[in-house]
Amino acid sequence: MTAYLRPTDDAHAIALRAAHADYLVLAGGTDLLVAAHHKPVPVGILDIAGRFAGITVDAAGARIGAGTSWRAIATSAELAATWPILPAAAREVGALQIQTRGTIGGNLATSSPVGDGLPVLLALDATIHLASVRGARTVPYHQFCTGYRTTALGADELITAVTVPRPAPGTYLGWRKVGTRAAQSISKVMAACALEIVDGRIATARFGVGAVAARPIRAAAAEAAATGQPPTAAVAAAVAAALRHDITPIDDVRSTAAYRLEVAGNLLARFVTNAGRTQG
Amino acid sequence: MTAPLTITVNGQPRTVAASPWRRLLDVLREDLGLTGTKEGCGEGECGACTVLLDGAPVCSCLVVAGQADGRAVTTVEGLADGPLLHAVQRELVARGGAQCGICTPGIAVCAAAVVDAGACKGGDARAQVRELLAGNICRCTGYQLIVDAIVAAAADVERGQP
Ligand SMILES: Cc1cc2nc3c(=O)[nH]c(=O)nc-3n(C[C@H](O)[C@H](O)[C@H](O)COP(=O)(O)OP(=O)(O)OC[C@H]3O[C@@H](n4cnc5c(N)ncnc54)[C@H](O)[C@@H]3O)c2cc1C
Ligand code: FES
Ligand code: FES
Repeated sequence: MTAYLRPTDDAHAIALRAAHADYLVLAGGTDLLVAAHHKPVPVGILDIAGRFAGITVDAAGARIGAGTSWRAIATSAELAATWPILPAAAREVGALQIQTRGTIGGNLATSSPVGDGLPVLLALDATIHLASVRGARTVPYHQFCTGYRTTALGADELITAVTVPRPAPGTYLGWRKVGTRAAQSISKVMAACALEIVDGRIATARFGVGAVAARPIRAAAAEAAATGQPPTAAVAAAVAAALRHDITPIDDVRSTAAYRLEVAGNLLARFVTNAGRTQG
Repeated sequence: MTAPLTITVNGQPRTVAASPWRRLLDVLREDLGLTGTKEGCGEGECGACTVLLDGAPVCSCLVVAGQADGRAVTTVEGLADGPLLHAVQRELVARGGAQCGICTPGIAVCAAAVVDAGACKGGDARAQVRELLAGNICRCTGYQLIVDAIVAAAADVERGQP
């Protein structure tokens, strides 16, 4: 018979994680409970739904608790004001029922190459906060995903929060998911960007791209092609061309490698020209 | 062995001796005999199994019984107030927003939640319905009459018509 534990507060959740390493950590269940009745019965469930939840914004940036639902992110006016690509991505996760339950922490822990939150967090230069009975630590998000569905999360750790700094003034933020239909469809390609424009040039560029490699990636070659350049059509084309060195898309049931390469390049190029347009 | 779970279903506390790993969908249909909630996919894609968990629409195929212990669940059987249908149910009937009916309980529950929360009215009401009900798939109607019904229900609720 499966044991079931519901911690009374966040510290209790961390203690229970250490005490019951063989239990299934369950948050919204929208990854874990898909076809649950066909899955092996777990020894025990550590139900952390509702724990580590909530959004706080201050001068340094935003802190989003790992247990914050996509719906809370989608409807956060504070996030929309400064980090509009976070609510925009949240609104495209699954549909209302999935957003109600599904959490950003679950998306991070599953670390699917098609997780929608992930390119956005790469572009926003997020930091992941982890805790165990051994103590708390932080990992820059671009070092958190280590491979196909693998992360830096330790066996006794829980994700407690993700923080994002305030973007520098004059930063263009972009996000685009391309899939078969708007709701419930796993992306063919998705990309996000933060392009800081200073005196008409791209001073810093971060591109996060999903569904084009074993894990969500920062596009280093595309970023190098953009940095120091004006956001023009020519630079946009160079960014798209450079992206070929960053990604290793595959053919699968949802799309083809050739389509993904072409569309990912187009998305990044569009970001660059959009950033140019917002400069007036 | 199994510690009994207490779930407030449609306002009534119900005690069930179920594994905490059992799907809420199965507890409702099989243990409590509330067969209004339907199973389509069992994977969170179709919305036929939508119920309200503490007032928020969720797929009952993606919630396990342990997670519902001590919480309130509303199923389609609990939407009406005695003989008085919820505005969403009344408008679905009046406007022909159902054919085979498999998707209808999930649509009614999800739509009741969004309409009661004050959504789906104003100039972009149809677009809001399309977005908020995107997790409820219907293979029969083509959606137009469902959208008509939910927009009408939102207007009814705004006017204070039950
Ligand atoms: C129909 C449907 C549509 C979907 N559409 C999308 C989509 O469009 N885009 C998308 O990105 N995803 C989508 N998903 C996947 C899923 O909804 C998301 O990945 C969601 O963010 C998972 O969060 P959760 O809380 O439900 O995770 P759970 O299923 O509860 O957990 C997932 C994993 O994370 C671990 N975990 C959870 N929280 C923590 C924590 N705090 N610390 C450590 N480990 C933790 C769990 O142990 C488990 O391994 C969809 C799923 C379904 C069923
Ligand atoms: S049966 Fe639950 S969403 Fe399809
Ligand atoms: S009425 Fe048949 S699926 Fe909607």
